[in-house]
Amino acid sequence: MNNIASMPASPPAEAARLPARHYLNEAHTLRSWFLTTDHKRIALLFLASITVFFLIAGVAALLMRLELLTPEGDLVQAETYNRLFTLHGVLMVWFFLIPSIPTVLGNFAIPMMLGARDLAFPRLNLISWYLFVGGGTLTLYSLIKGGVDTGWTFYTPYSTLYSNSAVLSTVAGVFVSGFSSILTGLNFIVTIHTLRARGLTWFRLPLFIWSMYATSLILVLATPVLAITLLLLAMERFFGFGFFDPRLGGDPLLFQHLFWFYSHPAVYIMILPGMGVVSELVAAFSRRRVFGYKVVAFSSLAIAVYGFLVWGHHMFVAGQSPYAGLVFSALSYLVAIPSAIKVFNWTATLYKGDISLDTPMLYALGFIGLFTIGGLTGLFLAALGLDVHLTDTYFVVAHFHFIMVGGMVMGYLGGIHYWWPKISGRLYTEWMGRFSAITAFVGFNLTFLPQFLAGYLGMPRRYWAYAPEYQVLNVMSTLGASILGVAYAFPLIYLTWSFWKGQVAGPNPWEATGLEWRTPSPPPTHNFETPPRVTGEAYERSHAARGEA
Amino acid sequence: MRPAAKPEAPGLGRSETGAAGQFADLEHERSASLLGMWTFLATEVLFFGGMFTGYIVYRTFYAEAFREAGGHLDLFWGGVNTAVLLVSSAAVAMAVRAAGQGRGKSTAGWFFSAAALGAVFIAIKAHEYTRDYREHLMPLRDLPFRFPGPHADQARLFFNLYFVMTGVHALHLLIGMGLVLVLAALSWRGRFSGGRDAPVEAVGLYWHFVDAVWVFLYPLFYLMGR
Repeated sequence: MNNIASMPASPPAEAARLPARHYLNEAHTLRSWFLTTDHKRIALLFLASITVFFLIAGVAALLMRLELLTPEGDLVQAETYNRLFTLHGVLMVWFFLIPSIPTVLGNFAIPMMLGARDLAFPRLNLISWYLFVGGGTLTLYSLIKGGVDTGWTFYTPYSTLYSNSAVLSTVAGVFVSGFSSILTGLNFIVTIHTLRARGLTWFRLPLFIWSMYATSLILVLATPVLAITLLLLAMERFFGFGFFDPRLGGDPLLFQHLFWFYSHPAVYIMILPGMGVVSELVAAFSRRRVFGYKVVAFSSLAIAVYGFLVWGHHMFVAGQSPYAGLVFSALSYLVAIPSAIKVFNWTATLYKGDISLDTPMLYALGFIGLFTIGGLTGLFLAALGLDVHLTDTYFVVAHFHFIMVGGMVMGYLGGIHYWWPKISGRLYTEWMGRFSAITAFVGFNLTFLPQFLAGYLGMPRRYWAYAPEYQVLNVMSTLGASILGVAYAFPLIYLTWSFWKGQVAGPNPWEATGLEWRTPSPPPTHNFETPPRVTGEAYERSHAARGEA
Repeated sequence: MRPAAKPEAPGLGRSETGAAGQFADLEHERSASLLGMWTFLATEVLFFGGMFTGYIVYRTFYAEAFREAGGHLDLFWGGVNTAVLLVSSAAVAMAVRAAGQGRGKSTAGWFFSAAALGAVFIAIKAHEYTRDYREHLMPLRDLPFRFPGPHADQARLFFNLYFVMTGVHALHLLIGMGLVLVLAALSWRGRFSGGRDAPVEAVGLYWHFVDAVWVFLYPLFYLMGR
């Protein structure tokens, strides 16, 4: 077997038709989906489930924005509003953002990018989906029971002693889905260590793999802390154990420490995968190697490591020692360094690149712009003095939505559009994709830029009514959210349509590098007819051209 | 043909080497299984770490109360349990060794002994819990909590931590017992012969981890302040 044969090329003749057998038409029974161990099918199971959660959480957001159209609390009651933002937060964080890129794009692409047949533990991967759905069902059950009003942070002692809402079942749902996260992260780590193709050394890995590796480290090391924290919370609420009960001398602040020890790294679970996708997109659509490959790779690990050391910046005004605050503030600034490295290196990659503005690239450029704003406003909040003024205002809301929606959701949609031809074997209508990407960018900015102003002027978050002088900004925000809603609904329609009716894509419609593009679209169940062998660096185009010849 | 040749059969078949389809051979599969278990144990360290952090915080805040409360635990039975668990780990180590040598029946025997010792541990723990309940040291829901001296509330925190940490530990031990019993049955039937003993080694690691957690719990609760 010679080298060229072991690098499945893409004969142009195949471009017109789908391959005769691929992972989608391998079997059509329900059993072949719900008991599948194929990472590609499990990715689609995750795609369907997180889309459902995204829609429910999106409706909650829309109701909140409608309520905030007027200063008076008129559409819903204050109690309902509390439940709406909790629902929105819990579902978006744990059932959409955290699983989004890892479980869908990571599951689908990682084994193929490594030249592997599957993840290291395929059955564990399926268990991970069942845990996720189980946790999600428990959380939705709490919604039926009347919802939760604690906010997604479940702060004690409110959540343990006072709240009359369905705290236990929600916490149980998040707890269970946490094990899904852990198993996914574990699977990725082992896969990346052990299933790389011949010749695929660590520094030849696509940057998406590096960022997924960093994400997996956080998933594996931070999630168990959330699990134990929620377990202690549930014990306190159910059995009356008083870990965080001040009446016994328990310390509610300890809960916040434990919670943010997970939840701050979790913020990086929600952005690192997006960064990985953007690295792929920028390389593919400017037809260049990512500038400073190694630095970008290590910046992902740096973000993962720093992420564990900055949780205290969520507690500047919670009563922690000012000296601790000082240290946490300084460490938080450090996160800006690897983040900025990424932004600068993407920009440097674009420089003199052969750029094509296809849909995924538009999302990627949107990501870079919005993430930059989100990151820079993070520095405002890391400043001890300024944070006192900005804590619990809409400034914070705008900041983290820039990172999570402007960053992660843009990255997710960019990745979905990028790998969609590989997933479905078909192309979506390009203008529809571009229209959605641009609409999302416009709608997003209109929604959240005004919130920076409202927050800076002092509008507090989590209230269903507000002082009349903020109305103009809130109307803009609600208008933007409506546009954003359209921008998110549209891909759902045309992607679904293209899944069955789209034009056949061929193995590599973007002329991208990477092993996943050297196998038919959709790929066969075992991904590669012959195990691929890597002889060149990541994103090396001359090499890719040789492979195609 | 390279040694990494994969089987042609679809689905998650096993190659002629006996390894799962995504692996080149059994050695490859073993390295993945063990890395997986070590990674899982890292999550376990963080899981228990949350509780240990809570313990450290409250023990620092309320050193006096924790010392007094620790005196109410049964040093004798706690010590016996520590010995039981350490011996069980030795049995598991023997099981792993026997599996590596392909002696399936011997593996099963050692695993069964380990499970039996685990059961002894749980029985002793249950006895201790019962005693705590009788002495009103179990702060569960509406049960009365009676603790002599001025530090009753803080002592209650101590017992909260004690029950949750030893309880979660006992739960891990029960899971471990289930695992080794399953492995005992499988190895009796010769499932792990011929270099296919990676699961035995992985479960062995888990068992030793659970044992090691107890090695920390025992001094923190029973020996502290004596």
